[in-house]
Amino acid sequence: MSGRAARRRGERRADTTLGLAQGLGWFSIGLGLAELLAPHAVSRSLGLRGHEKLIAGYGVREIVAGVGILASRDPTPWIWGRVAGDALDIGTLAGGLATGRGRERGNAGLAIAAVAGVTLLDVLCGRALGERKITERKRLARDYGDRRGMPKPAEAMRGAARDFEVPRDFRIPDPLRPWGSAA
Amino acid sequence: MRALVWHGKQDIRCDNVPDPRIEQPRDAIIRVTSCAICGSDLHLYDNFMPGMKNGDIMGHETMGVVEEVGPDCTNLKKGDRVVIPFTIICGECDQCRRGNFSVCERSNRNKDMADKVFGHTTAGLFGYTHLTGGYPGGQAEYLRVPFADKTHIKVPSSLSDEQVLFLSDIFPTGWQAAVQCDIQPTDTVAIWGCGPVGQMAIRSAVLLGAKQVIAIDNVPERLSMARAGGATTLNFSEDSIVERLNELTGGKGPEKCIDAVGMEAHATATIDSMYDRAKQAVMLETDRPHVLREMMYVCRPAGVLSIPGVYGGLLDKIPFGMAMNKGLTIRMGQTHVNRWSDDLLRRIEQGQIDPSFVITHRVGLEQGPEMYKTFRDKLDSCIKVVIRP
Repeated sequence: MSGRAARRRGERRADTTLGLAQGLGWFSIGLGLAELLAPHAVSRSLGLRGHEKLIAGYGVREIVAGVGILASRDPTPWIWGRVAGDALDIGTLAGGLATGRGRERGNAGLAIAAVAGVTLLDVLCGRALGERKITERKRLARDYGDRRGMPKPAEAMRGAARDFEVPRDFRIPDPLRPWGSAA
Repeated sequence: MRALVWHGKQDIRCDNVPDPRIEQPRDAIIRVTSCAICGSDLHLYDNFMPGMKNGDIMGHETMGVVEEVGPDCTNLKKGDRVVIPFTIICGECDQCRRGNFSVCERSNRNKDMADKVFGHTTAGLFGYTHLTGGYPGGQAEYLRVPFADKTHIKVPSSLSDEQVLFLSDIFPTGWQAAVQCDIQPTDTVAIWGCGPVGQMAIRSAVLLGAKQVIAIDNVPERLSMARAGGATTLNFSEDSIVERLNELTGGKGPEKCIDAVGMEAHATATIDSMYDRAKQAVMLETDRPHVLREMMYVCRPAGVLSIPGVYGGLLDKIPFGMAMNKGLTIRMGQTHVNRWSDDLLRRIEQGQIDPSFVITHRVGLEQGPEMYKTFRDKLDSCIKVVIRP
């Protein structure tokens, strides 16, 4: 495969990753709005009655994460922030599974499955964004392999400054020096 | 004159400001011929260091030609070519007499404020917050140098600006980081961070005779420069640092560890880094000390941690019990530039090292604000920016 074709394929993959990140950003905002504007309905359906303030708080968190993903130059930390949020959500929903009744338990179970699916997407997206950054950096990086700063290769320069006497107050304490040199 | 002026978080502009003038008998005014943006300037740019005010002039890596001297500055004259150390020193106080220039007791004109915040004052610094004197910095056409009879390094005309400029900070800082390790010929020295100070520390450790130097970063161009200096490199985005350092040291860990990163560690894939980011976001922590934690964990017992990286405030979850039980020696501090400058100038003159290898960008003052961003975001393979006003 030619270099150009490989680059095009890499760019397409990068676009897909960014598209996924944006999708997760909008999803985050949508879910956040629902949690913030209708905390009672959400908590009732998931067997989390009495946790309306917590649900509304989670809504704010989702909106902040969503805006962060959509507005930032690099959405990677926001995506990983979503993963941490997903873990919180699953923990809270597990509480609903334990305390809810009948249909509520079923809803909580379904919600856990859905969040687990989204978590998988978040993790895949976070990893892909990380890899994309590394690939991009490598592609753009200049090679400074000729910037030695010393007249000869390091092996030949090793110890060239051994004439330097380390001041007494910068020396390793005597008890920690190799036994021979401490004597 | 024109100068790079701090106006707030990520807001540095090239402004017209009044020319400096002699204020004290030991002052000198220099015409700046070259200056540089330092990694620690980025802590100010990102507003992580307290004590900056709108209108402060940036810069503490500066050199130039003496234009005017005060009546008590008798060892300098108009036309002398000087590098200005970033630490302002009186040369007479108890600490200066001991060679602890970075904690000069007299040069910080906001001593009372520093006494309250630090317990005891440290030296005055150019362009580096009002906690350290609020002195105008050297990213400008002219610079007033207080205590100029002591705060200078005279340099010969045989050496170019680029060869000697870094005597002002990053070269002696990297050197002191290595000296703090008291390197033995059997030592492995691990260096976190391959920015300008890390690069100088790598070469210093090689020159001082370390058996093996290992450099850690994740920026490809910085890693390539580190390899050129003789380091074995590890990419923290691809390698498990603890695992690889143990592999490279027969399972025992490096004897000496240098933190050339400081308060803004960029590791993102570790639990403690996420914790730091989260706490920093809600202002419950000032610094992100991932490197410190990793060094304490991986360093060989009875080893040395050397910390030239700048920290600003309160650090959380530092495994101090681990460090205590392993008997680690921890050395840190701002650099005592004048303590090393004669020796380092001699090594440059002898050709043992040419610090200009680190320069990747050369610009005029007008491009300064844009270069802060380029340097901060490591764009365009930027490692070190030199400005010619």
